[in-house]
Amino acid sequence: MRFSFVFSEMGIAIKRNLSMVISVILVTFISLTFVGTAGLLQQQIVSMKTYWYDKAQVAVYLCTKTSPQDVCPQGEASKDVQNTVKERLESSTLAPYIDKYYFENHQQAYKTFQKEFKDNAVAKYVTPAQLNETFWINLKDSNQAPIIIESFNGLSGIEEVKDQRTYLDQIFSMLNIASLAAISIAGLMLFSAVLLISTTIRLSAVMRRREIGIMRLVGASNFYIQLPFILEGVVAGVIGSLLAGGAIFAIVQFFVQGFLAQQLPFTSFVGISDALALLPGLVLVGAGLAAIAAASSIRRYLRV
Amino acid sequence: MISISQVTKAYRGAPRAALDEISLEIDKGEFVFLVGASGSGKSSLMRMILREDLPTSGSIHVLGENLVGIPSRRVPHFRRKLGVVFQDFRLLPNKTAAQNVAFSLEVIGKSAGFIAEAVPDVLRLVGLEEKANSLPSELSGGEQQRIALARAIVNKPAILLADEPTGNLDPATSEGIMALLDRINLAGTTIVMATHDRGIVDRGRKRVIELSQGKIIRDERSSGYGLER
Repeated sequence: MRFSFVFSEMGIAIKRNLSMVISVILVTFISLTFVGTAGLLQQQIVSMKTYWYDKAQVAVYLCTKTSPQDVCPQGEASKDVQNTVKERLESSTLAPYIDKYYFENHQQAYKTFQKEFKDNAVAKYVTPAQLNETFWINLKDSNQAPIIIESFNGLSGIEEVKDQRTYLDQIFSMLNIASLAAISIAGLMLFSAVLLISTTIRLSAVMRRREIGIMRLVGASNFYIQLPFILEGVVAGVIGSLLAGGAIFAIVQFFVQGFLAQQLPFTSFVGISDALALLPGLVLVGAGLAAIAAASSIRRYLRV
Repeated sequence: MISISQVTKAYRGAPRAALDEISLEIDKGEFVFLVGASGSGKSSLMRMILREDLPTSGSIHVLGENLVGIPSRRVPHFRRKLGVVFQDFRLLPNKTAAQNVAFSLEVIGKSAGFIAEAVPDVLRLVGLEEKANSLPSELSGGEQQRIALARAIVNKPAILLADEPTGNLDPATSEGIMALLDRINLAGTTIVMATHDRGIVDRGRKRVIELSQGKIIRDERSSGYGLER
C-alpha cells in the first residue's frame, strides 16, 4: 500500500473535477449547517423548558367589573372571595404542593402592566380596575398544576385559573416546528448531496477511464482503484462539514451569544461548547455519507 | 500453462458463437501466433485468457488458476502474472515514458525502491533509456509500443499477451518489435500474439493457431500464415 500514490491520484482527480467537487462541498456545507442548527435548536428548547417550567406559576385571576358576565355574574370579586382563596391555599390539602404564593391587587397589577407594555399604545387606555387581582402561585413541582386548577375551577368570583406552562408550550411547539422544518430541509439537502456525490464520482471515473483500464489490466486491486475516488468524495464531504461547523460557530457566537443573549439576559442560551460538541457528529455524517455514496457509485461503475 | 477445454462463448444477440468448443494447450516458454480474419474469435480468446470475460461453457486454466471458478477479488492478483500489449499502445498521455511504466507498478503497491530499480532496467531492455522523460506524444509509434512492452514485462509476467502489437507500425519498426518479443520469449516468458501480419508470421516459423468462425482450423508447429483465403 502506497499512500503517497493514492493521495496524489486523489489530488489529480480533484483538480480535474474541481467544479463538481466544489458543488459537493457547498451542498454538504449547507445541508449540514441545517442539521447542526436543528440540533442546537433542540438543545435550546430542552434547556429553556427546564428553566422556564421551573419558573412557571399558576395564576388565579379574580373577577373584575369588566369580566365577562357568564363567568362573573356578580361582578368584582369581594374581599370574601380573596379570603376563601387564601384559606384554601393554606389548607392542609393544597399547602404541601405550594412553594409560595402572593397576592397582586389592582394597583400592583397596573404597575406591572405599565412596565411590561411601556412602549405599547394599549398602556394608555388600561385602568387599574380592568386588571384582575391575582394570586400568583409557585408550585414545588410544576407538573402538579392541574391539582390547583381543579380545586379553584367553578368557585364563584374567580374568572380563570391558568397554568402559565400552557403559554410556554405554545412557544415550545413553535420552536419544535421550526427545528423539524430545519431537519426536513436538511434531509432533502443531504439526499441531493448524496446524489451529487455519486454523479461527481462517476464523472471523475469516466474522466479517468484510461487510467482505470490500465490499472485493471496490470492487476491493481479493486480497493486500490476505488480508494482515490472514495477519498475524493470524503475530502469534499469533510471540507463541507467543517465549513458547516464554522457556520454554526458563527451563528452561536454572533447571533445567539452576541445578539439574543444580550436581548434576553435571563435566558440561558446554547454556547460555543454546545457547538463544539456537535462538530464531530457533523464531520462523521459528512464523511460517512460521502464515503458510502462514493463507494457505491464507483463500485457500480467498476465491475471486474 | 494455458489449458483451454471445450470453450464456447456465445454473446447475446449474436447469430453464432464467437468461440465454438475450442480446446488447446500452450506450454511454458512457447511463442504462439494466433491468426484468422477479423471476427474469427482471436480477441474473444485473448479476453478469456485475461479473465476479462467468462466462457458460456467449458473450462480455462491459466497459470494453475481455474478462471471459471476464480473469485473476482482474486482476479487482480491473477492478472499481475500476465502482461498485455495492444495495437493502440494505451499509454497515459500526461505521463512520461518512465512514469507510464512506473504507474503499473505503483498501482499494484510496489515499493518506491523497487520501482526506482526496475523502471530504468526495463527501459534499457527495450532500448529507450534516453527517452525515459519523453511524453508519449514526443515518441514514434514504434517507441510507444516499446514503452507499452516495457510496462507489460516490468513485473516479470509468466505470460505476455500481444493483441496485434504491430498493427499500427511500418514493417521495419515491426521487425524491431518482433526482435524484442523474441528476446522476451527467450528469457522464458510465454507469448501469445494475435496478428494479421503475414510477413511476420511467415518469417517467425513458430507455432500457428488459426481460427475461423470461432473454431480452430489449424494448429501447426513451425508454420507460416497459411493460404490466402
